[in-house]
Amino acid sequence: MKGANILIESLRKEGVKHIFGYPGGVLIPTFDVLYDTKDIELILTRHEQGAAHAADGYARASGKVGVCIATSGPGATNLITGIATAYMDSIPIVFITGQVPTSLIGNDAFQEADIVGITRPITKHNYLVKDVKDLARIIKEAFHIASTGRPGPVLIDIPKDVTTSEAEFVYPEKAEIRSYNPTTEGNPKQIKKAAEMINAAKRPVIYAGGGVIISEANEELKKFTEKTGIQVTMTLLGLGALKSDHPLSLGMLGMHGTVYANKAISGSDLIISIGARFDDRVTGKLDEFAPHAKIIHIDIDPTSVSKNVGVDIPIVGDAKNVLKLLTAQIKKPSIDDWNKKIETWKKESPLSYEKDSKTIKPQFVIEKLSELTNGEAIIATEVGQHQMWAAQFYNFKNPRTMLTSGGLGTMGYGLPAALGAKFALPDKLVVDIAGDGSIQMNIQELATAVMNKKPVKIIILNNGCLGMVRQWQELFYDKRYASTILSNFDTDPVTAKNDMDYIPDFVKLAEAYGAYGRRVTDPAEVEDALKDMIKRDETCIMEFIISPEENVFPMVPAGAGLTQMIGGMA
Amino acid sequence: MYHTISVLVENHFGVLTSISGLFASRAYNIQSLTVGPTEDKTVSRMTIVVEGDDKIIDQVKKQLNKLIDTLKVIDLTNEEYVDREIALIKVEAGVNERSEIFQVTDVFRGNVVDISHSIMTIEVTGTTKKINAFIDLLKPFKIKEMVRTGRIALGRG
Ligand SMILES: Cc1ncc(C[n+]2csc(CCOP(=O)(O)OP(=O)(O)O)c2C)c(N)n1
Repeated sequence: MKGANILIESLRKEGVKHIFGYPGGVLIPTFDVLYDTKDIELILTRHEQGAAHAADGYARASGKVGVCIATSGPGATNLITGIATAYMDSIPIVFITGQVPTSLIGNDAFQEADIVGITRPITKHNYLVKDVKDLARIIKEAFHIASTGRPGPVLIDIPKDVTTSEAEFVYPEKAEIRSYNPTTEGNPKQIKKAAEMINAAKRPVIYAGGGVIISEANEELKKFTEKTGIQVTMTLLGLGALKSDHPLSLGMLGMHGTVYANKAISGSDLIISIGARFDDRVTGKLDEFAPHAKIIHIDIDPTSVSKNVGVDIPIVGDAKNVLKLLTAQIKKPSIDDWNKKIETWKKESPLSYEKDSKTIKPQFVIEKLSELTNGEAIIATEVGQHQMWAAQFYNFKNPRTMLTSGGLGTMGYGLPAALGAKFALPDKLVVDIAGDGSIQMNIQELATAVMNKKPVKIIILNNGCLGMVRQWQELFYDKRYASTILSNFDTDPVTAKNDMDYIPDFVKLAEAYGAYGRRVTDPAEVEDALKDMIKRDETCIMEFIISPEENVFPMVPAGAGLTQMIGGMA
Repeated sequence: MYHTISVLVENHFGVLTSISGLFASRAYNIQSLTVGPTEDKTVSRMTIVVEGDDKIIDQVKKQLNKLIDTLKVIDLTNEEYVDREIALIKVEAGVNERSEIFQVTDVFRGNVVDISHSIMTIEVTGTTKKINAFIDLLKPFKIKEMVRTGRIALGRG
């Protein structure tokens, strides 16, 4: 069998149904095989970065391994941001890149790039296939490595001649990698110690991250919190682990987290961290982070443990397994006083914003969306203020419904990720919440959505600027808006709507792509527009013109401690 | 503090790059890194001497373990181990200096491996400490060039 056929057969053995990709010279033999393959759909995006993020959104929404293919040289380098995004957020994706023929490697051949070298620090593992005889085994290993342990992207670089040479096709039953054996079970002694520590805690808090979503431990988390009464705060990637309106949910913590989550963490005597990694956007200034707390850290990746904060009880293992064992051993600790205190904080400083009848408030748009979709839509976001408003004001009910670039913070992630999710779950409503800056980074994928009849819905919260950066400039750089203004607008809230130059005109842009576009400037129209968007069976852009100077609060300034929040305090 | 870490890795191409890349991208302070074959031809052994406090060394070991091609990471520092290094040192040595250099070399069980009218090249094997001491003694003679292999080590017993 030829290498190209071995590749596709192997993907079929892995149960792959969708590949996001873009062709090129060295990939022609492979695409030629795909042309006749009816049970695997190759989705042609309009940019390789779009393909990478689409595979990522596909993986996050479905829990399956995403697959993405691009050609050698520029095709491969266009994947970099997508690979790094997936790596930072532990998303299982197999990236396949074409490479120049083996005889030309190292010759600075046309469209040659050392993609294995370039992606070494941003992949969980990568391979250059030098011999067609190794191809099937490598694919088996790649899927295994991508999806087990702490998941992550794996890249396979395949020279053109490997795809055209012959070998016998034998797909291995199992990946046997003697040097790769992730620990999933969790040490029983450590779990017992943790249970004792939890039983004795007076002011415990659960801190849940993306690991809970990845290991699908949300039910176990729910049981754990309900049995103990310990409240749960979530990271950006952990949203959906416990539904946001659960009485024991504290919402998100960290830089733009809730006041009560940050107060609870700061005042706690025990933090139970599950699948989270104490990222600097979460902890704020490390010296001031949870000064009185002991820490139990449950994580599948030993390198995450004790990296940023000292840990009292490390438990290396899969969150689902560990939580089951742990829940069986814990009692309800006596924490009524503590929980009462948290309840007063919740009442004192809920997430809020100033209502306005003239200008559309972005928070209001998200709140309405949450209400109209019952918190059950799949939400993708770009990066910026709109992302934080989405995290704060959308009441996520289910895991795998928040698709956002947390670790890398990649603008341009949302639209292709939403598209990928729509391919994985075509019956679900998928909404990309975007800013007017970010959406322009991968806007070309509108064509992919329209052409494939995968109606993703895009909400642009248009503030005419790179809002998140502008906010920092406003607060810490004396309102010196260096290169953050995208439209010539009038800042007077009354006349602004009329005087803003719409560059680009997103409504016309939607239409140019064969999608539906609508601009909303009146708060009274928000609900109707959202209903219109939800109802439509076509890709659409709903543009909401919001105040250019709206800020995300509360906020912990970079480098400050979690208790030094600005805004949002009653 | 310096740690001597022995790492067994799959003898795959690219492994050395992964490991040196890991040290570079995380700004770990590496003092020496050696790599060579072992009794098993599918496995290579790296010996890495790295400086850092306990927290950094803990991360270094975990990060090394995390690489897919890593079979085993052994921190020899707190164990009984033997370590060796080889140095080749070229010193300026006229007729008058030769005998003294021969003497010093003898005491350190080194070998003179090359000699010309004004230059001697000496090979010495031993622990890092011994080699440092030897180099120190040669300094007055003007060292022209020098190369050291970096440390290799094995646990005892
Ligand atoms: C690819 C990329 N470039 C730059 C940044 C830095 N950055 C973070 S937020 C932001 C502004 C985003 O603006 P917009 O998409 O309009 O969203 P808003 O903050 O206005 O809601 C920028 C430039 C980034 N995160 N990603």
